[in-house]
Order: sequence, then structure tokens, then C-alpha cells
Amino acid sequence: MNVKFDIEGGNFSSARLASSGVKKMLKQLNINIQTIKRLVVAMYEAEVNIVAHAYHGEVNVNISQDQIKVVFQDHGPGIKDIELAMQEGFSTASEQVREMGFGAGMGLPNMKSHADTLNITSEVGKGTRVEIVCYLKSKQSCLQHLFTMH
Amino acid sequence: MQYMCDIIAGKILTASESESQFISKAFASDLMSDVLMLDSGHILLITGLSNPQVIRTAEMSDIKTVVVGRNKKCSSEMINLAKECDITLIESPYSIFKISGVLYESGINPIF
Ligand SMILES: Nc1ncnc2c1ncn2[C@@H]1O[C@H](COP(=O)(O)OP(=O)(O)OP(=O)(O)O)[C@@H](O)[C@H]1O
Ligand SMILES: [Mg+2]
Repeated sequence: MNVKFDIEGGNFSSARLASSGVKKMLKQLNINIQTIKRLVVAMYEAEVNIVAHAYHGEVNVNISQDQIKVVFQDHGPGIKDIELAMQEGFSTASEQVREMGFGAGMGLPNMKSHADTLNITSEVGKGTRVEIVCYLKSKQSCLQHLFTMH
Repeated sequence: MQYMCDIIAGKILTASESESQFISKAFASDLMSDVLMLDSGHILLITGLSNPQVIRTAEMSDIKTVVVGRNKKCSSEMINLAKECDITLIESPYSIFKISGVLYESGINPIF
């Protein structure tokens, strides 16, 4: 199953539509609430990042039997040093963004801790791609499953 | 809920319809990423920020009750969004420190 949403940079009043839409969908699919929360929080951080730091973007959500994969692609300034951006507390957020309660430099670390895998690639002056994957079965139970099969 | 609201001199702007309103834990922050970092849902959020981002963050974190302190006023956009997300929204004239202290004394626990 695939869904796509557009994200408008700078528009804080629409920053949640994708995350909120996916949350409702996953609830209807009866997916475990812990998994929903992990994914939705990671998605929301990525969505706010596009609104706060880029011009516009889109997100593609793919739901399959064993995982949910979410890919954010934006047009924006890009991230020069991804390793630095991943550090807790690193932020280039504007005063306006800070006034809204963002800009703590915790979004990317937070995404990493909520997602099962996080992949970020970026080209300065062009844009950023953020890929988030959450497994629907815990890795542990997948391993156990494999173990009992053999 | 009414008792809790009384002790912080709070005003309920909109009340959640679905949740049974028993709250045992609370967290206070003005930083939305800190709120998003928490693992526990269904807590009370105390904040000095009054903008729609607070409600959106609560929605994503499964937080059903938000207290806006420091006598900040909530916009109608914020109240409507809280209604849409089925979140109880309360305004209080007290400082965040006082709200936290009063609620702590009344038996609400910190998450850590
Ligand atoms: N999509 C993006 N485009 C361009 N730069 C980005 C993007 N996402 C993140 N960044 C850069 O990485 C930095 C760190 O991002 P992170 O999400 O961790 O923190 P933040 O958005 O500044 O604050 P917070 O997420 O805590 O509200 C940002 O300040 C910004 O410089
Ligand atoms: Mg961020």
C-alpha cells in the first residue's frame, strides 16, 4: 500500500497533515500502538524539519507485511554535515521556529531513536532525503521465528 | 479532572470526549522535541507555550491533556485543533513551577 503527501515549507499550520494522516491509517489497520507512536513521532520530526528548514517536499509512505517505509524528499538548502546535524543540540533554526517550541536540535537524534533504521542523504543547495523504516514485528520476534523454523 | 482544574485555577477550554480522564503522570516543557522524545503516552503536558504546535505535538505523542500556564491565552485555532484531536485543553494563570508543584502535591507523579 502506498500513499503520498506534499509538504509546504514555512507553513507551520499544515505541518502535521502527513503524520496525522498516516497515524489514522495505521490505527485503522490495527497496527500495534507502540509501533504507530514510534513511526509517527519520527515522521512528525521529519515533517517539521521540512517546514522549518526547507522550501517544499513530499513524503511517500509504503506499508507492507513486515515494515513501514517512509521517504521524505525535499527541495531546500540541504545539510552540509549530516554527522554534525545528528548531534544532540545542533540547530540552525530561526528565531521564528524557536518561538514555536522547536529548534532544540533534538529532532534528528529523536528520529534515530524512534525508527528502526534511519538513512539521510543530502545535497547542499538541492535538498535532503530522509528514509525511516519501522518493522512491524520486532527484530527479536523475527529472529525467534527464523530460529524455530530451522 | 474538575478537581485538578480547580487547584491550578484552571479554565477548561475544551474537553476530550473519549478518554477516561484519569491522569497519574505529568511532564512540563516548552521544547516540543523534548515532549516528542518521551516514550510514555497518555500523560498530562504542562507548557508555557501557547501555539497550535503544542496541540500537534500532543496529538503525535498520544497526550490527551494539555495545561497552558503562565496566563498565556490560547487562540481559537488552538482550541479548534484540540477539539479536532480530542484533547482536553486547560488554561491556568499560574507559573509552570507553581502548576507543577500543586499537581505534584496532589499526587500526580513525574515520568522520571
Ligand atoms: N530537511 C532539512 N533541510 C535542511 N536542513 C535540515 C533539514 N533537517 C534538518 N536540518 C538541519 O539539521 C539541524 C538539526 O535538525 P534537528 O531536527 O535535529 O534539530 P532542529 O530542527 O533544529 O530542532 P528540533 O528538531 O529539536 O526542533 C537543523 O537545525 C538544520 O540545520
Ligand atoms: Mg527538527
